[in-house]
Amino acid sequence: MNIAQSFLESLDSLSANKLRSMLTVLGIVIGVAAVIAMLSIGQGAQHSITSQIESVGTNLVYVSPGAVHQGGVSSGAGSAGTLTMDDANALVNLPNVVAVAPEVDGRAQVTYLGQNLNTRVIGVTPDYQTLHNYTMADGEFLSQSNLVTRSSVVVLGSAVADQLFGGTAGAVGQNVRIRGQPYRVIGVLASKGGTGFLNQDDQILVPLTTAQTRLVGTSFFRGANVINSITIEADSPNTVQTVISGITDEMRIRHNTSPGTDDFTVFSQQDILGAITQVTSTLTIFLGGIAGISLLVGGIGIMNIMLTSVTERTREIGLRKAVGARRSDILVQFLVESMVLSLLGGIIGIALGWGIGQIVGLVQMGGSTITPLLTLSSILLATLFSMAVGLFFGIYPASRAARLQPVEALRYE
Amino acid sequence: MIEVENLKKIYRLGSVDVPALNGVSFKIEKGEVVAIMGASGSGKSTLMNILGCLDTPTSGRYLLEGIDTSGMSDNQLAAIRNRKIGFIFQMFNLLPRATTLRNVELPLVYAGVTKDRRKRAEAALKSVGLADRMRHHPMELSGGEQQRVAIARAMVTEPSLILADEPTGNLDSHTGQDILKLLLSLNVERGLTLVIVTHDPKIAALAQRTIHLTDGVINGTNGSKPL
Repeated sequence: MNIAQSFLESLDSLSANKLRSMLTVLGIVIGVAAVIAMLSIGQGAQHSITSQIESVGTNLVYVSPGAVHQGGVSSGAGSAGTLTMDDANALVNLPNVVAVAPEVDGRAQVTYLGQNLNTRVIGVTPDYQTLHNYTMADGEFLSQSNLVTRSSVVVLGSAVADQLFGGTAGAVGQNVRIRGQPYRVIGVLASKGGTGFLNQDDQILVPLTTAQTRLVGTSFFRGANVINSITIEADSPNTVQTVISGITDEMRIRHNTSPGTDDFTVFSQQDILGAITQVTSTLTIFLGGIAGISLLVGGIGIMNIMLTSVTERTREIGLRKAVGARRSDILVQFLVESMVLSLLGGIIGIALGWGIGQIVGLVQMGGSTITPLLTLSSILLATLFSMAVGLFFGIYPASRAARLQPVEALRYE
Repeated sequence: MIEVENLKKIYRLGSVDVPALNGVSFKIEKGEVVAIMGASGSGKSTLMNILGCLDTPTSGRYLLEGIDTSGMSDNQLAAIRNRKIGFIFQMFNLLPRATTLRNVELPLVYAGVTKDRRKRAEAALKSVGLADRMRHHPMELSGGEQQRVAIARAMVTEPSLILADEPTGNLDSHTGQDILKLLLSLNVERGLTLVIVTHDPKIAALAQRTIHLTDGVINGTNGSKPL
């Protein structure tokens, strides 16, 4: 008896007991649906986070202040004001460095007429625009002369412009008040999207010098103006590692620190991406593991029903053996049957899991939605896994059927 | 055709050995019709199972067409059942979910026949007078018709031996007569060897020879040919 024949026979016998077959399949359906939903949501989330990070700009290296170590006491990373304008200026001359953008930032209340909102204020240099790939929706970006003259000018993020002016148009030329002081709007940034901590639209940009003197306040470290962070652009993604080590060496000389006691941190976009990818894939594996357990339970259900079915069909097995079925014929017949069951569950489960993913995709989470991503590999994984479950849990019942002695099987009432 | 020598079959029930067959020897020639009679517990079902290669004897020899079947593997026995023996059971033993045609095809499926399978099954059904019942399921047929399907299934592989175990046991006497006539006509037309296990003397009277079993031994035969 060949496999195609067994397949048709298994459909016959499964359809003879439709309700029971469907209930048996349900365990696998739920398991596979859970796996597929988890994978598609997980991969969708990972994809959207990755693409958001990539939209921030490529080839970027960040330097942020690290912990200060003093007599064995260390303060938290980023808390110390250890980066200065002198550091930023020194990094410009390193090999493979295209641009250096020092920043100071803080939060401030911004008002225009009756509108009022609290947002992130960043003091930047003109290089900031090219480094972060910002395009202008209206007006112009901050210029070198703005920086030199400490002008009271501001570039609005698109979300801020939306809130204060009801859109990106009409803002340029108006005066907004930041902490009560008037600033003229000279430009509005085009939206970049992004959510949560990656939202690059909910911010306003002022000249670095203006921020230091009028908004954030000035402090000094080793005789120079303190800044919050430095963003460096490497000339290509391949030189990012060179740039990182170049910066680290330069900063160690300047700050007179040794590895382990650094008061600064250098990291690249790849590092952030790597960390986030690791978190989401760990989460996906974890959730997938839980879904796998429900597949296991479904498999036990299949085994249970197959054992019942073998007992019920003892006479049929006896008859088949009497007319010439070999052990292997019976074994294959029952294996195919349990695999058809689990494969059927797998296919329904994939469809259901896809549907669950789509529904989750419609739900707003943190102001954005996740577009579920159902990849071919997750479909193949679910299909193969459900077939393997059917095979594994079908082996015992099938071998029991195959081992039946024809005489006893025929005599069975 | 069939040669049985000092056949013994002993079942173990706990610590007690129960002999079902206790040294049985006989020969059946090709084309013979033989009835095996005996009360229940006489060992006739055990004998039938061994003749049908469904079971193996504890000791003794069983030669089917000159081939010694003792010591054969499960797969070899399955092949012999498939090609050389056709079974007819008291309870018909048809697959309830399969059509008449599928039921008759079943032995051919296990024989690996694919090309003429349908044609051969149809021919077998025609020869038992069920040409118009091929698409029916067993439940839709009368008892007599079901037994005819079973006969068609037994013949479809063109075996040399047909073993019938109380073939009329579940039928009324009139239908039973028809079934027996059909079986005997197969013997006449195709030269099939026919072994019928029965406890009905009227059926046994139709056979050329009867083997009486009592307590696992032959206690007499009657008929045209001596042992």
